[in-house]
Amino acid sequence: MSAPTPKDGVRVEVAGGANGRRRISVCAGTACVFAGSLKIRDAFVAEVAAAGLGDQVEVRISGCHGLCSQGPLAVVSGDDTYYPRLKLRDVKRVVEEHLVGGAPVEKLLYVDPATGERVRCAHDIPFYRQQRRIALRDVGVIDPESLDEYLARGGYEAARKALTTMTPEAIIDEVLASGLRGRGGAGFPTGMKWKFARQSPGDVKYVICNGDEGDPGAFMDASIMDGDPHAVLEGMLIASYAIGAREGYIYVRAEYPLAVRRLRLAIAEAEGRGLLGDDLFGSGWSFHLKIKEGAGAFVCGEETALIASIEGRRGMPRTRPPFPAVRGLWGKPTNINNVETYANVPWIIANGSAAYAAVGSETCKGTKAFSLAGKIVNGGLAEVPMGSTLRHVIFDVGGGVKDGKAFKAVQLGGPSGGCVPAALLDTPVDYESLAATGAIVGSGGMVVADESTCMVDLARYFLEFTQRESCGKCVPCRLGTKRMLEILERITAGEGEDGDIERLEKLATTIKKTSLCGLGQTAPNPVLTTIRYFRDEYVAHIDEHRCPACACDALIAFSIDPDLCTGCTLCAKKCPVGAITGDKKQAHRIDQSLCVRCDSCRAACRFDAVKVVSGPEQIAAALRAEAGD
Amino acid sequence: MPRRVTRTPATVALPAGVDGPDLDRVGAITDDLDPTGNLIAVLQRLQQEFGYLPEPVIDELARLSGVPASRIYGVITFYAQFSTTPSGRHRVCVCHGTACHVAGAARITEALEQELHVEDGGTTRDMEFTLDSVACMGACSQAPVMRVDDDTYGNLTADQTRTIVRELVAELGLEVRRPGGAPEPTAEGGERS
Repeated sequence: MSAPTPKDGVRVEVAGGANGRRRISVCAGTACVFAGSLKIRDAFVAEVAAAGLGDQVEVRISGCHGLCSQGPLAVVSGDDTYYPRLKLRDVKRVVEEHLVGGAPVEKLLYVDPATGERVRCAHDIPFYRQQRRIALRDVGVIDPESLDEYLARGGYEAARKALTTMTPEAIIDEVLASGLRGRGGAGFPTGMKWKFARQSPGDVKYVICNGDEGDPGAFMDASIMDGDPHAVLEGMLIASYAIGAREGYIYVRAEYPLAVRRLRLAIAEAEGRGLLGDDLFGSGWSFHLKIKEGAGAFVCGEETALIASIEGRRGMPRTRPPFPAVRGLWGKPTNINNVETYANVPWIIANGSAAYAAVGSETCKGTKAFSLAGKIVNGGLAEVPMGSTLRHVIFDVGGGVKDGKAFKAVQLGGPSGGCVPAALLDTPVDYESLAATGAIVGSGGMVVADESTCMVDLARYFLEFTQRESCGKCVPCRLGTKRMLEILERITAGEGEDGDIERLEKLATTIKKTSLCGLGQTAPNPVLTTIRYFRDEYVAHIDEHRCPACACDALIAFSIDPDLCTGCTLCAKKCPVGAITGDKKQAHRIDQSLCVRCDSCRAACRFDAVKVVSGPEQIAAALRAEAGD
Repeated sequence: MPRRVTRTPATVALPAGVDGPDLDRVGAITDDLDPTGNLIAVLQRLQQEFGYLPEPVIDELARLSGVPASRIYGVITFYAQFSTTPSGRHRVCVCHGTACHVAGAARITEALEQELHVEDGGTTRDMEFTLDSVACMGACSQAPVMRVDDDTYGNLTADQTRTIVRELVAELGLEVRRPGGAPEPTAEGGERS
């Protein structure tokens, strides 16, 4: 077994197989599953058996390995070889040449886009090399469905240490000293939260894990829950002892069936081995854990709404105080932390608060996991020290913008967050610095936008989301976001009016100040930050009826450049509405009255002859060119 | 209220039949779980059992548990997962998370609306397909993505989406979709609207 302790946060190395067997570890994170990794796993099982290697090689799955854009991927233990973008036909080769023949299949190895060279080991790939993994220490490394693997990596040792050698106060002091702050987005010091819950009078208390990761474009918590469920359980167990809560709940978003399944399995296995339940580690401490599945409501990520939902009610937030630490679930003192927060706790107890506090920036200690998505080369899951710059995360770890396009903005923190432009790429990633830009760390979603992303449309998209998810309890959020959305819909439809930008700003200010909960208080952020940094795009939509990114359907037209069109007829075949006409080997034309702007023709054209333009004059010019005038 | 963006993950064949739901099954579930403190879990189990939450089932739950039907409806209409209308036999679900949105998820939904002749959130008249959107499936690096029952598809284009649906329709032996989503009416029919 290589790297047996969770101390080893840097190297992403797949555990070896049981009984010294070699292991093929196939990533079964969500993105890889979408890319077909379960079929790859089945093919490995079949090929390994066919090669007669059944007793020497085991095929296992792992949680999200991180570099999702290279999925489906697999890692062979022993020489730690990383095979990205596997196809079914590659499997036989890997088994025959690598496992039987003993030499890694050179042709299938990862190619570093910067150097063009092939890289064999995952930890030599820049994406992995530049990370510091604490919360994700075992995600993608161990089989999430095996408690033994978690134990082999030092699992539950921190809980044993806490329960058998530390007082609750000492644990709280340790967490305080580590500087750990809530990873759900708000960044409240975790130790303080625990202290309040500990000090609240009462015999019955609860701990809750908030696994209602609702931000579109964020999947860190899902990856932890389905990639390393025991880390969450162990963190909660330590918290339960520190606070004095003998019961706990994990609230998981409805859309994460895999996380629910793996957590259930993990709880059952931990109970079976005496790691959850009564008299744990002979300390006399008891802790019982249950799962509550959400039912599809974004607002339940707010802690008081989440509590209402666990109680079986409509998930509507209430005013605070009283905070849940005083009056929470069933009216009892309750501590709520996010998944990633809990996952950090065992590491802190095992390695000490000083080791944790040594990582990160002045005000923000430790690391933060981010999901990198959108127009980025290395889409996936990355964990970096707090205080790293956005540039480092997006360009060094993330590999920069896809298809050689220009970076326009990064959207942070989902519907509660904001868009940060290129000029601010050197902003350090920590709670205070990002708040100053108008964005937030949030739960950790980072969606990169390039020149083809319309910032007004992106703001509209987020507001449509928060509007739909507004619970309706308070007026500013229920009606205010609706009015804002209507204005944004008008602007993207080319019907913007003078004064719309000012109206949006005024509404936004009121909604932020007067909404009951975090959902409403942050809902205007995507609009405010895009107005702040991309006001010219709003102006172009309103004054010129032009979408600079050519993304808003109402303001664009597709046309065919007769000089480039070869008359191959492919676009006409792909057009779902028969809007494209033309003879073979003659330049084609698009009937604007039929065109539904589905982009199929442009995607199909191999000669770059289909153009999309925006703005009345630009469209008129393109259509004149198409007509040959 | 939040618009329905998700439904139960399991698409169950039309359960009710002509005789209405078997209400004894409601009792079996409420015996197992106490509805007063577990209303959401009970509703999830009921929806799994019946495919959706028909009115007689809700009335029976209210009768058995003593929880007023008005409160049960309050919960049902609050959460996107619950549905009081039956879903199609096959669930086509397009991700509209941020990454999928910037990668053109709207065009995928549009293509599906045209192919299946059904609006987003609706069910075809022959009860074969329900078209839905969800906020994020967490497969952002494969964006845009969709799920058809248990099959997942990534890096889609509108054109590929059409091909996938056409192949599925052929595979299922269904007639080519027509406006309204129904093949020529057959003797059986069996659909309700």
